[in-house]
Amino acid sequence: MTAFIRDQWYVAAYAHEVGRTPLGRTLLGEPVLLYRTEDGRPVALADRCVHRRFPLSEKPSRLDGDRVVCGYHGFTYGPDGRCVSVPGQRRIPRTARLTGYPVVEQDAFVWVWIGDRDPGDTLPPRAPWLDSPDHTVVSGMEPLDADYGLLVDNLLDLSHETYLHGGYIGTPEVAETPITTEVDEKSRVVRVSRHMDDAACPPFYAESTGITGRITRHQDIEYHAPCLYLLHSRVAPVGTDERAFHVEVVYGITPSTEHTTYDFWAVARDFALDDQKVTDFLRESNHTVVMQDVVALNALQKALDTEPPGYQELSINIDTGGLAARRILARMAAEPA
Amino acid sequence: MDAPPPATPSASEVHRIHWLPGTDHLLAVCHCGAEAEFDDPVALWEWLLAHPDGHRTRTNESP
Ligand code: FES
Ligand SMILES: [Fe+2]
Ligand SMILES: [Zn+2]
Repeated sequence: MTAFIRDQWYVAAYAHEVGRTPLGRTLLGEPVLLYRTEDGRPVALADRCVHRRFPLSEKPSRLDGDRVVCGYHGFTYGPDGRCVSVPGQRRIPRTARLTGYPVVEQDAFVWVWIGDRDPGDTLPPRAPWLDSPDHTVVSGMEPLDADYGLLVDNLLDLSHETYLHGGYIGTPEVAETPITTEVDEKSRVVRVSRHMDDAACPPFYAESTGITGRITRHQDIEYHAPCLYLLHSRVAPVGTDERAFHVEVVYGITPSTEHTTYDFWAVARDFALDDQKVTDFLRESNHTVVMQDVVALNALQKALDTEPPGYQELSINIDTGGLAARRILARMAAEPA
Repeated sequence: MDAPPPATPSASEVHRIHWLPGTDHLLAVCHCGAEAEFDDPVALWEWLLAHPDGHRTRTNESP
């Protein structure tokens, strides 16, 4: 299992998922309740009532103005987590308080800080395309029954597109083209680049851009360990470099439990902004691609669970970026809090 | 979230690995400038992380 890395921001939800209905998410093993106050501020609190541990995200728990009322016996909490009323008595026990989590709304995500330290002025890494008038976005979230490390491995080695996603985003050139890997040890960013000068155009790009011939295709990955993955994808018809189409693929990678992960995926494009057909097509295709990964990673996790500890793997050149990411994650997990 | 400020804040610590076109070889470039060629990414990372052991600033052969 890949160790959890605390004292980090993680994507807890899309901004549009957090509203006036309590939402529960488990982040690095911690149950977290999310909602918005009446003036629109996101709130993140421990999702267990201090009385008998009933989940506050579970009906009939509910919001009453800015407060949350436990659905079991009515303990009521303010947005700071402090219990403001208990049933049948005036005295509120001093320890009746829910843990509050630092929360930031940024780039269409609600980010929650999981850790013991205070985030200070540390902010989550950026994905500005998700909240920009120059882009149109499709997005979703798929729960994964796998260790988040398997998703990191998957995303850092796009040669799998040729096999797992053939007919969608994969073409032979992806697996065939050498990569360059760059690891910034201080900022914990892994970059993997693959530039294809003359490649077949997969349906994902042919249908969305209208390109009919061969393309130059750049895949520039930026993985901000541990929580955010960006793929800057650029396609252009061969020989017409100024007519390039850009797609920014964003993944929020959020460990839920030791064996489950939230896979937040988004695709932002800078072309055909108002074309609903393109939007529908990209949503559908990308969802299909994400589900191909989910099914494969769930199967892989199941297989790994039956392996004796210390099983062997064999790494080759395509794994250079994935190995770099694993190493950074291991180093971060070992750092003193 | 970040580690305490490093002793030399301007020094960047970037490792680069180039897959040499037309070959099965990987060229590792340490942040110190040392280079070495490998045909196995695991051995490559061991060498990079062993810095400064076995790192000379001139191109050297695979150990
Ligand atoms: S469990 Fe919440 S009030 Fe009893
Ligand atoms: Fe994939
Ligand atoms: Zn070195």
